[in-house]
Amino acid sequence: MELTGAQIVVRTLLDLKVRHVFGYPGGSVLHIYDAMFKHPELNHILCRHEQGAVHAADGYARVSGEVGVALVTSGPGATNAVTGLATANMDSIPLVCISGQVPVDLIGNDAFQEADTVGITRSCTKHNFLVRRVTDLARVLREAFHIARTGRPGPVVVDLPKDVTAALCDYEDCGSEVRIRSYNPTVIGNARQVKKAVSMILEAQRPMIYTGGGVILSNAAAELTRMTRLIGAPITNTLMGLGGFPASDPLFVGMLGMHGTYEANMAVSNCDLLLAIGARFDDRVTGKISQFAPNAKIIHVDIDPTSISKNVKVHLPIVGDVKNVLGQMIALLEVPGARDQQPDLKPWWRQIDVWREKLCLRYHQGKDWIEPQFVIEKLRDLTQANAIVSTDVGQHQMWAAQFYPFDRPRRWLTSGGLGTMGYGLPAAMGASVALPGETVILITGDGSFQMNSQELATCCQFRLPVKIAILNNSYLGMVRQWQQIFYEGRYSQSHMATGAPDFVKLAEAYGAVGLRATRPDEVEPTIRQALATDQTVVMDFRVAEESNVYPMVPAGKALNEMILL
Amino acid sequence: MRHVISVLVENEAGVLSRVAGLFAARGFNIESLTVAPVGDEGTSRITLVSIGDKEIIEQIIKQLNKLIPVIHVVDLTEGAHVERELMLVKVAAEREVRAEVLRIADIFRSRVLDATPNSFMIEVTGDSNKLDACLELLKPLGVIELVRTGQVALSRGNRGMIKNQ
Repeated sequence: MELTGAQIVVRTLLDLKVRHVFGYPGGSVLHIYDAMFKHPELNHILCRHEQGAVHAADGYARVSGEVGVALVTSGPGATNAVTGLATANMDSIPLVCISGQVPVDLIGNDAFQEADTVGITRSCTKHNFLVRRVTDLARVLREAFHIARTGRPGPVVVDLPKDVTAALCDYEDCGSEVRIRSYNPTVIGNARQVKKAVSMILEAQRPMIYTGGGVILSNAAAELTRMTRLIGAPITNTLMGLGGFPASDPLFVGMLGMHGTYEANMAVSNCDLLLAIGARFDDRVTGKISQFAPNAKIIHVDIDPTSISKNVKVHLPIVGDVKNVLGQMIALLEVPGARDQQPDLKPWWRQIDVWREKLCLRYHQGKDWIEPQFVIEKLRDLTQANAIVSTDVGQHQMWAAQFYPFDRPRRWLTSGGLGTMGYGLPAAMGASVALPGETVILITGDGSFQMNSQELATCCQFRLPVKIAILNNSYLGMVRQWQQIFYEGRYSQSHMATGAPDFVKLAEAYGAVGLRATRPDEVEPTIRQALATDQTVVMDFRVAEESNVYPMVPAGKALNEMILL
Repeated sequence: MRHVISVLVENEAGVLSRVAGLFAARGFNIESLTVAPVGDEGTSRITLVSIGDKEIIEQIIKQLNKLIPVIHVVDLTEGAHVERELMLVKVAAEREVRAEVLRIADIFRSRVLDATPNSFMIEVTGDSNKLDACLELLKPLGVIELVRTGQVALSRGNRGMIKNQ
């Protein structure tokens, strides 16, 4: 069957079971948009900025586990997409971004809306392609999806010149089978290494499990939970790993790192064996690297060999898909008698309970003004800790991570690696598109929200009932907190009150519901009202202006040098 | 320590910039880099020389392997191998100096590729040390310009980089 390049794009997406595309039209992708016009089964969500489109595809991917798809035009469309791509790249989120390009003959001529998209996105994607011939198109699109979702996932850009989308070519569905001779990720753990790991774990007096986003990406939460309970060791999650292990389980000691719990950081600092799974020893997790887990033998399970011994030298590396490796470990742990010689972990747990007694996440909610943590606790209670929660970046993000517990994976959307303000609203839209029946909450700040608030229009157009909770403290709160602690209170350019919009009116201007709470007793009724409607709601919580996120490991300090409240 | 790393890649547009971009973005050092197509299976072979401690070289090799069009990476320094580099050097040579230049060329088994009444162009092949030594002797006579290819290298023995190659 002879199809145009644009028709091949649409057909291939449909053949690959893509149902939703997040995008923004423009000159170089007009053929593709025209081909899509005749295929309403391919649902297009018109975002209001290409950054929003890519973040929305990212949010969709995190919640659904499928590859998110974004479609943007050439030049500014592609450059606007870059922040979204870099965000997905840092967090290993599978997505395919199709970008328009000027016709092949004009490439390199500084044509209108031309940008060297492949050059610009090379370092912020897992891989990228420029398709110069229509005959390569179907194969390249399939390879892009394959690369995006396999191995360590990541974003892939397919740059498509306009004339390629107009050219005709024979097309047949070649299935989703893809072979790339130079790309063969290791997915099964080396059996000898796995065996060694299990015996190291079963010899440890003070074992500690530390897991990251890899557990979520690999759909390995059930395996992780099973293995952790077999060992009986304390477990901590990174910001990206929240939901990988049930937060309500007594083995869970909370998040670790800069704003992690006291007990998690102390346990890592004092353990004699650290089992790191699908985590990458990020600087926000390790603190001062030379004093990270100083007494521990470290086992590291990761699908990406470059993550191993990159920041922290590990004693036993296991390269493989986390789900498979955990399965291999469980099989060994479940052999009858395997755990008979395991040391008694009770003394270790008694020590952890002493650290827990510090109650490091304390705060005081008085009668006069709203503490930001209180809003999150109310959101947790009124959604039975069962909502999908998206965040932006800053203080509210850390409070959300500390105070909203996740018992399941793929319910928590946050830009962990790149730390992208403006991520939250479009990501929440993507989540809402993926799971229309579920409650999706955006916890954001007055600064972050203004970075992509134009996406309220998308929410209203597509009736995405995202519940937006702005913890409005009139500051770039995390910047202000650092300025208070490390710059003697010189609040340089972090006060945002002057010029701030009335968020209630802003919501109403788009056709969304706007609500405001200024007193503690207004918090609960406001949330109830927001959850009761099926509309997009913006809740403007006027919270204490100078609350800080505690506990905190100052930059460059070791994890056991935390500042408690 | 100095390492010679051989990288077999798909011979496709942009592959060199992926490799070079990786070194730039991660702050790895490149002493020299050569690339050319080899064989008929659409592959190119890159030889690069880098200096770094064991951990850095290990990261470099892993990061190279992570690039999608990279088929295989070998650190040749780990085993016996042969290195070669080619240098073209243009030397000023008039009257009595001409014989001296030719003598040096002879010592290093190099060839004269071009001659004018007051200059020679010489081709020297060998490992980097040999080229350096040759250059040391030519410099005082007046080197006009020179170019070097950078190292290429293969492992010794009857085995290829990958089995079916």
